[in-house]
Parts: sequence; C-alpha cells; structure tokens
Amino acid sequence: MVVEGAPRERRRAGIRRGMPFGVAVFAIAVSFGVLARPLMGPVAPIVMSICVFSGSAQFGALAVLLAGGSAGAAIVAGVLLNARYLAMGLALAPSLRGRPLARAAFAMTTVDASWAAASLGDGTFDPWYMVGVSVPQYAGWVLGTVVGVVIGPVLGDPNALGLDALFPAFFIALLFAEVRGRRRLAAAGGGAGIALALTPVVPAGLPILAAAAAAVAVSKVRS
Amino acid sequence: MTAIWVTIAALALATAGLKLAGPLALGGRPLPLRALGIVELLASALLAALVVVETFGNGRSLTVDARVLGVAFAVVALMRRAPMIVVVLGAAAVTAVARLLL
Repeated sequence: MVVEGAPRERRRAGIRRGMPFGVAVFAIAVSFGVLARPLMGPVAPIVMSICVFSGSAQFGALAVLLAGGSAGAAIVAGVLLNARYLAMGLALAPSLRGRPLARAAFAMTTVDASWAAASLGDGTFDPWYMVGVSVPQYAGWVLGTVVGVVIGPVLGDPNALGLDALFPAFFIALLFAEVRGRRRLAAAGGGAGIALALTPVVPAGLPILAAAAAAVAVSKVRS
Repeated sequence: MTAIWVTIAALALATAGLKLAGPLALGGRPLPLRALGIVELLASALLAALVVVETFGNGRSLTVDARVLGVAFAVVALMRRAPMIVVVLGAAAVTAVARLLL
C-alpha cells in the first residue's frame, strides 16, 4: 500500500484501512474476554488487553493457564507466540528514522495486520501508515475485551458460537492481501507445511516461529 | 490470582522488548539486501502458519472440526472480494451452525 503525502494524511489513510480490521479485532477480543473471565475475573483480562495488545500471546497464555499450567509456562507460550515481533521489528527498523524515543514509539504500534499493511512491497515500511492502521485495532481490542468480560457470564460457551474460528479467518484474510506472486505463495505454502509438521512435536508458538525458515529457504531460490 | 498478574506483567514487558529490540538496535540503517529478501517473504510464511495452527491445532495435536468449514467459507468469501468483517463473522457463523448440526 503506497500513500503519498504528509504524515497526517498517511496516518489518516491508515486509520481508514484499519477500520475493518478494528471491527474484526473487536469480535476476536469479545471472545477473549468471554474465555478469560471465568479464570481471571473481570479486571485482569482488560488490563492484559491494554498492556499486552496481542491476540496470539493472550490466547496462548490463557490456554496454558486454563489447562492448569504455571505462570512460567504461560509466559513462555506467550513469548514464543510473539517471537515473530523480533523479526518484524528487524524488518521495520531501517524504515524508522529519528531519535530512539521516536523509533520506539513507532515500533510499539506494531501488530501483524498493521505491519503487513504498511509494507511497501520493496522491503520498506510506511511508519505513519502503520500507526494509523493500529489505532482502530487497539480501540477494538480493548473495547471488545470489556464487552466480552461483561457479556461472558450470560453468553454461554464461546465455541458454540464459533468464536474460535475468528482467528484463522482473520489471519487468512491478511494472508490473501499479502500473497502476491509465486515467491510469496511458496513461502506461505512452506510456512503452513512447517507449522503443521511441528505442531504435534514442539510446544505451542514454536511452529509459527519455525515457519520463518520457509521465508529464508524461498529467498535463497533465484527467481 | 498472583500467577495471572505475573503472567500479564511479564508478557507486557516481553512483547514491548520484542517489538523494540530491532528498531532500537539498528533504526535508520538499511538491512543487507539478502536480509531484505527474507523479510519480504516473512509475513506470508508466518500468516500461513498462523492460519493452519488456528484451523487444525488443538493443543499439541491436529484435528479436523467445524473450524475447517468456517475457514473454507472465509476462503470463498475472500475470493469473491467480500469485506473483512463479512469474512470473519461469516466464518464464525458457519462454524457455529456446523457445530450445531454435526
């Protein structure tokens, strides 16, 4: 996505692009609030969404805690699920200019959908656009969690409502926008294959991180 | 309850650390060309991995359940250029109906 113009216009364009993501993220956050409430009570899930702002890590940690796992195991699961942010941050870094504090502020707004949307296709990123795409998602994430925590007790089983299907649907929508050309298709196919093969053998989160190897492998193939 | 708050605090700090490490270590400097070639493909690989894990994963095992029908709906909707919200909520609705009927 390439948008010309001043930072304010690029940020505004990002917010417009982020609106449908925000609605989708809201729905996913409702399911997080519903699922988290019985274990965490009403306040902790909201604090978590405000401070962590990461669906995969929050769902991953929650799954471990719900299964009776320790805080340590929940933290490791969450960190592994978010390890991709290290790679995404390294990719983003050259596109961030200015003092460390300014770079840090941009970097903190990184989430999957924004990062992918702000990619200009040549390995660089538009940081203002990325901030914009993140704004509706942050609002949707926190508001959705509040709604989920409130309606959870009257809603019943979230899986009966198909809420667990929100996640793959969200990610496949992002994937559709991202995969252009044979090389990206190959990277996607390889990443999916690696994740499927590793899921039964290694702890949650690692299969997703290991999928990065597909990007490395495809990048070595001459086009 | 302590375990929950410890988890929240640790994940907040770790997530911030993971996001900040790259930009603070090498902000403004270009990546080597070879690394750019990898980065360009990274989102495709990771998003595809998330899709299959969230569709077939059940803890450490793989299962085929109603989620598959929801995701199939999402694929068809995306090919017909449906808006994001239709894709996502439709997938949930299809999954819910499938659970009810199967």
